[in-house]
Amino acid sequence: MTVFGELSWSAIPFDQPIPLVASAIVALTIFGVLIWVVVKGWMPYLWREWITSVDHKRIGVMYCLLAMVMLLRGFIDAIMMRAQQAIAFRSDGYLPPEHYDQIFSAHGTLMIFFVAMPFVAGLMNFVVPLQLGARDVAFPTLNSVGFWLTASGALLVNLSLVVGEFARTGWLVYPPLSELTYSPGVGVDYYLWAIEIGGVGSLLSGINLVTTILKIHAPGMTYSRMPMFCWTALASNLLIVAAFPVLTATLAMLLLDRYLGFHFFTNEAGGNMMMFVNLVWAWGHPEVYILVLPAFGVYSEVVSTFSRKPLFGYRSMVAATMAICVLSFTVWLHHFFTMGAGADVNAIFGIASMIIAVPTGVKIFNWLFTMYGGRIVFTPPMLWSIGFMVTFAIGGMTGVLLAVPPADFLLHNSLFLVAHFHNVLIGGMLFGAFAGYTYWFPKAFGFRLHDGLGKAAFWCWLIGFYVAFVPLYVVGLMGMTRRMQHYDVPEWRPWLLIAAGGAVIILAGIILQAVQLAVSIRHREALRDTTGDPWDGRSLEWSIPSPPPAFNFAMPPRVHGPDAWWDMKRRGRPYETPAYADIEMPRNSPTGFICAFFASAMGFALIWHIWWLVALAAVGAYATFVVFAWRDRDEDVIPAAEVARIDRTRGEARAS
Amino acid sequence: MSEAQGIAGHLLSKRIVTGYGFWIFLLSDIVMFSAFFATYAVLVDETAGGPSGRDLFNLNSVALETGCLLASSFTCGIAGIGARTRRGIWFYGAMTATFILGAAFVFIEAREFAGMIARGAGPSRSAFLSAFFTLVGCHGLHVSAGLLWLLTMMAQVFAKGYRADILRRILCFSLFWHALDIIWVALFTVVYLMGVAR
Repeated sequence: MTVFGELSWSAIPFDQPIPLVASAIVALTIFGVLIWVVVKGWMPYLWREWITSVDHKRIGVMYCLLAMVMLLRGFIDAIMMRAQQAIAFRSDGYLPPEHYDQIFSAHGTLMIFFVAMPFVAGLMNFVVPLQLGARDVAFPTLNSVGFWLTASGALLVNLSLVVGEFARTGWLVYPPLSELTYSPGVGVDYYLWAIEIGGVGSLLSGINLVTTILKIHAPGMTYSRMPMFCWTALASNLLIVAAFPVLTATLAMLLLDRYLGFHFFTNEAGGNMMMFVNLVWAWGHPEVYILVLPAFGVYSEVVSTFSRKPLFGYRSMVAATMAICVLSFTVWLHHFFTMGAGADVNAIFGIASMIIAVPTGVKIFNWLFTMYGGRIVFTPPMLWSIGFMVTFAIGGMTGVLLAVPPADFLLHNSLFLVAHFHNVLIGGMLFGAFAGYTYWFPKAFGFRLHDGLGKAAFWCWLIGFYVAFVPLYVVGLMGMTRRMQHYDVPEWRPWLLIAAGGAVIILAGIILQAVQLAVSIRHREALRDTTGDPWDGRSLEWSIPSPPPAFNFAMPPRVHGPDAWWDMKRRGRPYETPAYADIEMPRNSPTGFICAFFASAMGFALIWHIWWLVALAAVGAYATFVVFAWRDRDEDVIPAAEVARIDRTRGEARAS
Repeated sequence: MSEAQGIAGHLLSKRIVTGYGFWIFLLSDIVMFSAFFATYAVLVDETAGGPSGRDLFNLNSVALETGCLLASSFTCGIAGIGARTRRGIWFYGAMTATFILGAAFVFIEAREFAGMIARGAGPSRSAFLSAFFTLVGCHGLHVSAGLLWLLTMMAQVFAKGYRADILRRILCFSLFWHALDIIWVALFTVVYLMGVAR
């Protein structure tokens, strides 16, 4: 064993041009941006105001940024797969199998853990405390640690592109394929350590938000007055707290199998690989709702705001949300009906899966009835919401189809399944994330995103989605299984060519979104939101300036009913001058960043068996916490005069 | 910030919020243990021709372990009262006793593990032993981490005194320590008692 464990120059894929060139471009871009930032002298600002920030709004923005960057990487993987399947008819295509397998594994891993998770976490972190009328979250520094650990996980996954390899096992690393015998390389280890580290980050973020929602809100903000997004965030974070530890434990067992020769999931010595599949889906199915429930919350806010009506059936919406929260733990077996648990067990899980469609249907009808009789404004967030309702209903119905065990035996692992879950994840979760992004962008940055480009991006995404995935339903029904590197059935070919075209349309949507951001920044003065309430909103985040001051609310607002801000506006006293007082806010801290630095080092060292570095990083992480615990001042006081000055500029802007 | 004022002008004191959040963390930790418990229950009979719990477990040493851990919870409670009433002799004395009892627990467990591995009954012998070492070892790791935390808290009180934030951390530490007791009771029953009885 050497100083660098199993790491050597052979880990760099010099013989594979695609990952090498791709990672070289990424590395050059990162270095370029870094040098630009340093030359411009922005580094101290970035360090002070963002990297070490414990402000939930900044952390929320950074989560969303991470998600969008990772979306680009995940989408490149996707379009490479579509291109491969369009080409690889009776040929090997352009991607060799070992590379293709890494790409579909990385695509799934990135999209779920480092796009969908940070996107919803970002929206929840940014919005929830503002909607609750709170000045801060319950555990600001812990929140920063959570974000940076998530970023560490993303870093490790992307590092595997250039140093070593990624898993070739699919995004859930089913054993025995993922055991050391069949996957001797470092690919599965990259996956496991990245997800363990990122998973701890998600758990910390979940604990923080559950405590915040249940314990910290403005006077009068009772549970039955909380905006719908807070309710769905609560349900989602409860699921994080209850489900992520199961994933941590399951992956830890696989790590023990791989590193220390344990026999949890091996073929020999009594190991049971189906136990892995059960455990991982006991996390995996709630995970689906962790992602989609916050999106449901976004739609509730958006539909009600742009229909100029209170949300229809608020209480039934709360009940449906919490019902989904509980039921999500009772359906995991539908991911593997073919395990052979027997007709009775399969029937029970099939029926349980269909039952989830009931509260989901309640939600769809509530949104429709909210729109009914309303004065609908077709802004981009509203377009995303309507596109969601149509698309998600289709995805839900194919889901109920898959929940019928006999049908599932035919469709299991086919592209029909792939089409179904992209249908609900893109049409459900991602559209919601984009709706939330355009809806709350002016709150975060003080100017709106360009409307026309936003609409164009929406139409590209919507049409591109159907063109890309309806063909997959069709070839799935024709019997094409997922993850095929090449094939020789001529009937599939045209559909896969169409699907590749769909991916290109989605690419146009993504380019339009990038252009939209650039154009909006350039024309920010014209798009400026001076009132803090650009959409004529209903909940408390629209009662404060855009972007909000560090302390959010100069005075904790008093809440008298649902739709608190709408209510204040209707009563005609929205901009009262409060009696200002000193405000204490938590001090920024580099704990999260440094801790994640050590976590990344430790993960990398564990992957490559560099044991001295593992020990060093562990000591470093512990020392970081001790230094944090030893600090004498954990809060800064913003004097009343300063609060008054910041708050008055708001009033002047609004008066004009 | 004073305790009564609460977080950023809001309703509840920091002590309540911190304790509440830490409880939620403990619940998530218990969920993680439940995954290991479930795994153990599935694999308990998968001995692959190797020894079973009946052949391996020595209830006398486990009883001693249990005694140490339960007693340490009592001394941990005393330490909490000592901290709140700012009586150094009680705080440091009871924390030291907690440390000694906890360390004795870890030592007995480590000796049990070493003995089993020396007999060829290590974790890679069978799926049952993999599950056993993971479940019991995960608890042991928690206790070891708790010991490090305990020393850190003693050092912190020594250096900084009974500050409000330090008292909150001591509250979290004792919640953690008692939760490990609860998990041990389940573990003692499911692994050792039922293991010897089967």
